[in-house]
Amino acid sequence: MPSLFRDTWLVFQRSMLLTLRNPTWVAVGLAQPLYYLLLFAPLLKNVRAPGMAGGNAAFAFFIPGLLTQLALFGTLFVGFGLIGELRDGVIERMRVTPVSRFALLLGRALRDVVTLVVQAIVLVVISIPFGLSVHFGPLLLVLCLMVLLALLGASVSYAVALILKSEDALAPLANGVAMPILLLSGVFLPMAAAPGWLQGISHANPLRYAVDASRDLFAGHITTNAVYEAAIILLALTVAAVIWAARRFARSVS
Amino acid sequence: MIIETTALRKSFRSRKGTVEAVRGVDLAVAEGQVFGFLGPNGAGKTTTLRMLATLLAPDGGSAVVAGADLRREPGEVRRRIGYVGQNGGTWREATAREELVLQARLYGVSKADALRRAARSIEAFQLDTFADRKTVTYSGGQKRRVDIALGLVHDPLLVFLDEPTTGLDPASRSHVWDEVRRLRGEGMTVFLTTHYLDEADALCDQIAIMDGGLIVAEGTADELKQQVEGDVITLGFGPDGAEAVVAAEKLLATEPYARRAERADTDLRLYVAGGATAMPQLMRVLDGNDLTVESVELHRPSLDDVFLARTGRSLRD
Ligand SMILES: Nc1ncnc2c1ncn2[C@@H]1O[C@H](COP(=O)(O)OP(=O)(O)OP(=O)(O)O)[C@@H](O)[C@H]1O
Ligand SMILES: [Mg+2]
Repeated sequence: MPSLFRDTWLVFQRSMLLTLRNPTWVAVGLAQPLYYLLLFAPLLKNVRAPGMAGGNAAFAFFIPGLLTQLALFGTLFVGFGLIGELRDGVIERMRVTPVSRFALLLGRALRDVVTLVVQAIVLVVISIPFGLSVHFGPLLLVLCLMVLLALLGASVSYAVALILKSEDALAPLANGVAMPILLLSGVFLPMAAAPGWLQGISHANPLRYAVDASRDLFAGHITTNAVYEAAIILLALTVAAVIWAARRFARSVS
Repeated sequence: MIIETTALRKSFRSRKGTVEAVRGVDLAVAEGQVFGFLGPNGAGKTTTLRMLATLLAPDGGSAVVAGADLRREPGEVRRRIGYVGQNGGTWREATAREELVLQARLYGVSKADALRRAARSIEAFQLDTFADRKTVTYSGGQKRRVDIALGLVHDPLLVFLDEPTTGLDPASRSHVWDEVRRLRGEGMTVFLTTHYLDEADALCDQIAIMDGGLIVAEGTADELKQQVEGDVITLGFGPDGAEAVVAAEKLLATEPYARRAERADTDLRLYVAGGATAMPQLMRVLDGNDLTVESVELHRPSLDDVFLARTGRSLRD
């Protein structure tokens, strides 16, 4: 066990170092939600839909969606970096050392978590002058949800990358999956406004629970059903995804 | 024996069919040796090494590597060996020193010790002029030296080097040879693969020739050469000898003393039972047919001749 922590720390340090040497992508990841914040969010103040308040409350509605979008696009594509590492032989070099196979995954995923949490904080801080009101406790819980989302998304992306082993196969899959997941999570408009069948499908989408829960949290409600639901569902999915991805790291890559 | 394998097998299945990469390899490598794997492209050398290094699960057979069972205790095997893949493996954006330190730390070494080891490797492999630059800026030979240093930074009992000198200039190559000899002097076992006959000849205590997933010959360089009986006569027909060499091959291949004839450009290599008696006879045949020879050379079989005798192909071309 101590070697798991130590190895995870070593892999994390190296991954973080490499990310910081090439920080453009971290900034690019923030660009998209910032565009939405500046160019789209102002429209919402005058939109009325079920489950949606107008005026400044629109931000409490919209920021959770943007954070979730950030989490999705920030982690679903991390597998690309891993495919580069596979091709450069780095993964093979690591796999002949006694390093824990869990650490190979967790170290990288932790880097993605840290990156995402920093991006999320930046986004929230920028939103405050626009009228977002933030309470410390709920915000902390929102960030916890972001951590789970990042672990989940990154693990899935790494596992799929290790299976496909090629950018050409990963790119269409990641793009094809990202858009429907995003739309079905109610990022732009509340899912409550959707027809019954669409709402039905959206319940199979883990991101929807994250969005609903963060909306409650930004509104200052901590002990709602949506928050409990999101915590349980995301925790279970994240554990499963982490185990899945770590097993892919352990399997011989032929 | 630091490596012992029995009937090690591996095949790769894909939509286009099955490749039997390794078809039953029995190996015994003694401690402290430089053991060389010689074979053409696709022989199964890398696949065998990757199995022995725990990277690939064998389909069949068993192996004990550095005292640990490959299937039951892969973790123990990993702790005791070093492995340098054919294409290496470094992050483009990291420096050699950073890589060496991390590599040592992955083997459980403390930070201070890892820094010391990195400095020692940088000196031993003469990496100092570029060790603090990103690896993406290295030349092929510089990168290869870093790869090798990475596989050795934790002082393993046994190291696998997959084509350690491919792509190196003669100076770097002989430097790697010296380094391998030094490691052997310190008691390390080195298991390497190579396409270079002179490398196998000069560097390896024991050589296994692999072809088509099987080991077709094994022994010291001298033992292998003695397995090819007789001598080799090389006839050179000069730059304009394209027609002459074809004619000579036709004539000489059917002579009773000729075991086998092989053409390379305008040279003809003839494997004969006894060089001294065959030489005058074949000269008479050539003279009688107005074929002029520019050079004649009689020599003992080389490793390439061994290779040719065992596989029916030459490694030279
Ligand atoms: N991952 C793989 N999937 C499918 N086939 C493979 C795989 N790895 C190796 N092979 C096949 O197995 C055979 C043996 O390959 P291997 O890499 O072991 O040869 P080698 O002796 O190392 O050759 P070289 O000298 O070119 O490095 C080849 O036919 C190769 O195409
Ligand atoms: Mg090879």
